Amino acid sequence: MEAVLFFIAALGALGGAIGVVAARNPFYSVLALIAHLFSLAVLFLLLTSAFVAAAQVVVYAGAVMVLYVFVVAYVGGGGESAWDSIPGQRFLGMLLAVVLFVELSAAILSSALKALDTHGPEVSAGFGNPAAIGRLLLEKFLLPFEATSILLLLAAVGAVVLAARRREEPVLSATAGGAGVAPSEHSAKRSEGVTPAP
Amino acid sequence: MNIAWYVVLSALLFCTGAVGILIRRSPMVILLCLELMLNAGNLALVAFSRMVGNQQGQVFALVVMVIAACEVVVGLGLIVAIFRRRLPLDVDDLRELRG
Repeated sequence: MEAVLFFIAALGALGGAIGVVAARNPFYSVLALIAHLFSLAVLFLLLTSAFVAAAQVVVYAGAVMVLYVFVVAYVGGGGESAWDSIPGQRFLGMLLAVVLFVELSAAILSSALKALDTHGPEVSAGFGNPAAIGRLLLEKFLLPFEATSILLLLAAVGAVVLAARRREEPVLSATAGGAGVAPSEHSAKRSEGVTPAP
Repeated sequence: MNIAWYVVLSALLFCTGAVGILIRRSPMVILLCLELMLNAGNLALVAFSRMVGNQQGQVFALVVMVIAACEVVVGLGLIVAIFRRRLPLDVDDLRELRG
C-alpha cells in the first residue's frame, strides 16, 4: 500500500515538475506547480511529517501560488521566443541535468549511509505532528524562528518598495499603463518617449 | 519504501528544476523552477529526518519554506517593477548588468 502511494505521488510530483518546465504559458506552469506541491505533500505524509505536509498545502499551494496567479494575470503570459539564444542551449541544458542526476544518484547510492536502505527507525505516534514541531520551534529553535519572522517582514517591505509606482514616472507611461497592451507596444512607446526630439 | 527512493526522487526533481532554469527565458518560469529546486531540497531534508528518526530536519524544511516565500515575494516584486518600466520580460534582453 505504501509503495503504491509512493509511486503515485512520485509520478505526480515528476509530472508536475516536467509540466512546469515544458508549459509554454506561465499560467499552466503555475497550475502544474500546484499539482507538484500536492504530490509532495503526500510524500511528506508518507515520511510521517504531518505538519510539514499541512504547511506545504496551506501556505505553499494556497497562499504563495495565489501570489503567482495574480502576477501572471497582471503581467500576462506567453511571448517567449522559441529559438535558442545560445546554439544548442536546450540540448546542453538537458545533458548537464542528466549528468548532474547520474552524479547525484551515484553519490547517494554509493554513500556509507547504511540507513538509506531501511525504512528508518520505528518512531512514536507523535513524530512530526504539530505539537512536536511547535515544541521544537519555540524551545530549541526560538532564535532561528524569530530570525525568519524578521526575514519575512524585510521581504514584504522590499516587495512593496520594488513594486510601488514611482512618482516621477512620465504621464505618457501612466496613461499607457492600462491592462491588455502587449509588452512590445509598451517598449515601442517607451523608446519613442526616450529619444530626444530634434 | 526505503529512504533511498525518496532521496533519488528528490535528486530527479532537483535536476528537472535545473533544466528549467537553464533553458527557459521568462523570469516568472525561472522563479517557478527555483521553487522546484527548493522543494526537492525540502524532500531530501524530510527524508533524512525520517532516516535518523529526528524531527529537527522538519524544522529545517519549514525554514526553507519561509526562505522560498521570501524569494517569491521579492522576485515577483522585481517582475512587476520590470513590467511597469515597459522592459521586456526576457532574461536574455535584461543584460545591462552583464558587463
